[in-house]
Amino acid sequence: MGLKLGSMTFGSLFKKPETTLYPFEKKEPPAGLKGMVENDPALCILCGICEKRCPTGAIVVAKADRTWAINRLRCVQCQSCILACPKASLYMNPQPPAITTTIEPVVVEVPEQPKKAKVAEPAE
Amino acid sequence: MNSMSKKTIIPFGPQHPVLPEPVHLDLVCEDETVIEAIPQIGFVHRGLEKLVETRDFNQFIYVAERICGICAFGHSYGYATCIEKLMNIEIPQRAEYLRVIWHELSRVHSHILWLGLAADAFGFESLFMHCWRLRERVLDIFEKTTGGRVIFSVVKVGGVTRDISDEHLAEIKSTLQGISADYAQIMNTFLMDASVKNRTVGVGYISKADALDLSMVGPFVRASNVDFDVRMFGNGAYGDLSDFQPITSTDGDCYGRCVVRAKEVLQSIDIINEMIDKIPAGDIDVPVKGAPAEGAEAIAHLEQPRGECFYYAKGNGTKNLERMRMRTPTSVNLGGMTKALQGCDLADVNMIILTIDPCISCTER
Repeated sequence: MGLKLGSMTFGSLFKKPETTLYPFEKKEPPAGLKGMVENDPALCILCGICEKRCPTGAIVVAKADRTWAINRLRCVQCQSCILACPKASLYMNPQPPAITTTIEPVVVEVPEQPKKAKVAEPAE
Repeated sequence: MNSMSKKTIIPFGPQHPVLPEPVHLDLVCEDETVIEAIPQIGFVHRGLEKLVETRDFNQFIYVAERICGICAFGHSYGYATCIEKLMNIEIPQRAEYLRVIWHELSRVHSHILWLGLAADAFGFESLFMHCWRLRERVLDIFEKTTGGRVIFSVVKVGGVTRDISDEHLAEIKSTLQGISADYAQIMNTFLMDASVKNRTVGVGYISKADALDLSMVGPFVRASNVDFDVRMFGNGAYGDLSDFQPITSTDGDCYGRCVVRAKEVLQSIDIINEMIDKIPAGDIDVPVKGAPAEGAEAIAHLEQPRGECFYYAKGNGTKNLERMRMRTPTSVNLGGMTKALQGCDLADVNMIILTIDPCISCTER
């Protein structure tokens, strides 16, 4: 009567634990896990579409300074920016962002050379 | 003895071990009997419906899925369906199937979570642990197929953003098969164990007539023998199911509500298996251009784990909607909850509230 769950509970004693010893034992993140959005400066053309699509206003693109900045504490990993990026420069890193004590955005400097090279290519 | 006992008002919540979310009840008691329960909500109101004025209709989907952590996928699904009706968009069949698969998986995890919470409430700790162990496997499926465990962000207006590969679909089937075996034992314990029956049978009874009068929805109303389930209307891919019968119980008490929810897990697993077998190949989204027309209105309804959720949207010709309104299952079930609490023992209050499974974040938005 009261031992309906007994075999399952007793069996658990001889099985591998379901939990992991977290800080010492880390699970491999599955492919496609939403960790943090990253930008590959070699591909970015600073078009600003990601900034417009972002529902939380986490991304700021400064064309004059040639910087792309993301506030990781505002980002909700919805992937709107990744889906909208015309050059596929944005991608999702399955690792979560590192613990931070500041709310400063992460700034990626986009060099000017690749853009010139890309403009030159179609002309050839 | 004086038959006219003195009335005492006992505050219940918003912080209470049995409540995962904040709701306050003033329990008017005579001795140990509750004669009236007066609910008070508003502790987690966030004004999310107002945000349609500052977020465009595509961005609002991420707001909609943050209404509630358990029904997250359901809200994005319901909202997207409503906007698709508003803009006359027909989405690919594969996207419809994928939405139903994820939505039913959400129901499985929601109901197993609830079974665990109910077990915890009456002190059955090992049952609680086993339920949540099983739920973790469903969350692992979400992690692999959507990249998130609670908030998925896979639905968009016009389809879905991620496809599930054939290997993952096969994996879902085998995982669910594993869950079913363990779940059968859990369900047997939950429904047949004397310690569970002692706390649930005959407690918080609602008759069929009262259930209809109070417009209750979801497993709460189905436990009072009302066969109402939005899935039976065959919206979206639900129309392709070979057979769908709402699960009901004639008990009307806490035990009946446990039976309905426990059986619905198996029903959802069957639906997912059928969807996986039938899923067509093809695109997963269609491009969406333009904005909802001025004055256009649309409604959608969806069976969330806690019952029927109703969505209303009105366009104004811009990317921002004029109005977005949701009627969530718990907000209509609060009337039934106060009715079920009338005349119960004070010690049964937590059991009754739990078997109704209120979702306060949904209610207050």
